[in-house]
Amino acid sequence: MAENFKKSPLSAQVDLSKFAPATDEEKRQQDVMGESTTFFKDGMRRLRKNPLAMGAIVVLVLIILIIIFAPMVVPYGYAEIVKGASNLGPFEYSSSEQASIAAGESVFPHIFGTDSLGRDYFIRVVYGTRVSLCVGLFASLMVLLIGMVYGSISGYLGGMVDMIMMRIVDVIYSLPDMLIIILLSVVLNETLGDVIKGTILAKLGTNMISLFIVYGLLYWVSMARLIRGQILTIKQNEYVLAAQCIGTSTGRIISRHILPNCLSVIIITTALQIPSAIFTESYLSFLGLGVSAPMPSLGSLANDARSGLQSYPLKLIFPAVTICLIVLALNLLGDGLRDAFDPKLQR
Amino acid sequence: MSEYLVEVSHLKQYFPVRSGFKTIPLKAVDDVSFSIKPGETLGLVGESGCGKTTVSRTLLRLYKPTSGSVKFEGEEVTDQNIHALRKEMQMVFQDPYSSLNPRMTVEDIIGEPLDVHKLYKTKEERREKVLALMETVGLNAEHAMRYAHEFSGGQRQRIGIARALAVDPKFIVCDEPVSALDVSIQAQVVNMFEDLQAERGMAYLFIAHDLLVVQHISDRIAVMYLGHMMELAESDELMNNPIHPYTQSLLSAVPIPDPNTARKSKRIMLEGDVPSPLHMPSGCPFRTRCRYATEQCAQAMPELTDRGDGHQVACWNK
Repeated sequence: MAENFKKSPLSAQVDLSKFAPATDEEKRQQDVMGESTTFFKDGMRRLRKNPLAMGAIVVLVLIILIIIFAPMVVPYGYAEIVKGASNLGPFEYSSSEQASIAAGESVFPHIFGTDSLGRDYFIRVVYGTRVSLCVGLFASLMVLLIGMVYGSISGYLGGMVDMIMMRIVDVIYSLPDMLIIILLSVVLNETLGDVIKGTILAKLGTNMISLFIVYGLLYWVSMARLIRGQILTIKQNEYVLAAQCIGTSTGRIISRHILPNCLSVIIITTALQIPSAIFTESYLSFLGLGVSAPMPSLGSLANDARSGLQSYPLKLIFPAVTICLIVLALNLLGDGLRDAFDPKLQR
Repeated sequence: MSEYLVEVSHLKQYFPVRSGFKTIPLKAVDDVSFSIKPGETLGLVGESGCGKTTVSRTLLRLYKPTSGSVKFEGEEVTDQNIHALRKEMQMVFQDPYSSLNPRMTVEDIIGEPLDVHKLYKTKEERREKVLALMETVGLNAEHAMRYAHEFSGGQRQRIGIARALAVDPKFIVCDEPVSALDVSIQAQVVNMFEDLQAERGMAYLFIAHDLLVVQHISDRIAVMYLGHMMELAESDELMNNPIHPYTQSLLSAVPIPDPNTARKSKRIMLEGDVPSPLHMPSGCPFRTRCRYATEQCAQAMPELTDRGDGHQVACWNK
């Protein structure tokens, strides 16, 4: 029949006899697909392309390496007083140290000089950074944990539960945080002072404990609100309904379907929460409400330097620059993470 | 055990809507009854917002019904036994883009029902089952480790179908499974639904607003308007001999492929808009737009009555 069929020269109809089915090999050539990328890999790739964020990571890694390894290298302790070596400038030696150098012994230099009591300033800044970073990290993790659990329950259950939980958040939002830190540190000093004696907490002092308590009590509310908002939008997606339809339990729906989808927001907010916690710790220490002496923190170092500011300005500059570096690096990293992971900003 | 697989009787679903200080009920579904035999397909049609999706979700207890009962294999569906029944009743969703979690691989999406109902003993068994399901719905097994966003709409819908099939259900609710797809893909997916039914003997509640698709796949068709069931009949009977004035106008709106026939056929245009479900007209909800409306229509909602051969119509005048 096909042979008899006379095609009009103007017809656009294709002649089927000119076509042959593709062989298996030819079909396989069409199978090539791009490498499967996960959301996380994709975000990391974008993060690596951001020079500011990568610079921030390098600075942070350097600071972390220094605060881990410097106390092993430097032979001075943060509370150790070098006799006759008060208020030395960077790389200066006391008269007794000069004598021992003259005698052929090697003396480890005071890289940042010493403070008014003759303590090595470099090691004090290193310990101060340790304290500040740890406080920032743990306070943020605490905020993250409480805020995530509270916000996801409130957002997922919705209705009356959500209403009550959010009013509690509103009440907490209206409490003055600074007042509570000051009040708590006074109260805790009297009640907890004996209990924690000899533990690592005693070294940090009751002020720090009250700071943690206040973070645990008050600062999680913005995180909780944020996560609740995220969950309210993600809850609308049909895959949550599909999971309910399958019979998935509420806990599993939150942990497997909802939280992974607001992970980017959680990571970013936590990264931006750390510098704010460091800042809080620093200015509390600056006000004298921070760690208890002799344990240094960046804020208390800056506070101590204030009295001799005109004679020894460097003593203020070292801790202040360190705070700036850490906070700036963390903020830049947070911004970079947001650019890399926030789906709304993707091209 | 009764003859029917699923029996829905006098199902009502009201959502409270706050306006000012008062809370008024939005009657999304108002007194709907129908039943589905094993292996049968019931089509459910109606315009947007008439409560088709709400019926299906209430049926699967994704919403708690205001009143009325749903029976599965003669057994009342309650909050207590619903978890076990989720193995028997599944759902395929409308939007293949939002019904798959973007952070999960295809293997995990299809495997989740298996996890939840603990339907495997070893990791290998789970993988085997997932791959078998993927093959059933015509997906390439190599794609198991990919994420949903790497697939086209039709492929995504197949993933959703495989997820519903994972627990080997006796009843699947298909909530407009093809309306988000291209026409060419629609045909593939609809045919796949038919093949799967022939293979596994499942019953479907097939929701759509494309009447031709529904006619193609359904044994019986139910027509809904503003939360009420208007007409229910064998699909050919309903198409050829619609009784309810709403069904008549709905059918006259179906595009006819042949322009000559189309020119001859008369389109029944309805006057006015769909009333707000918050302020429903008294009696029959359709009376505000019905050509045959009388006094009686404003007073009471007509019951679904049998007009012979299981052709049920809710109308006073026809």
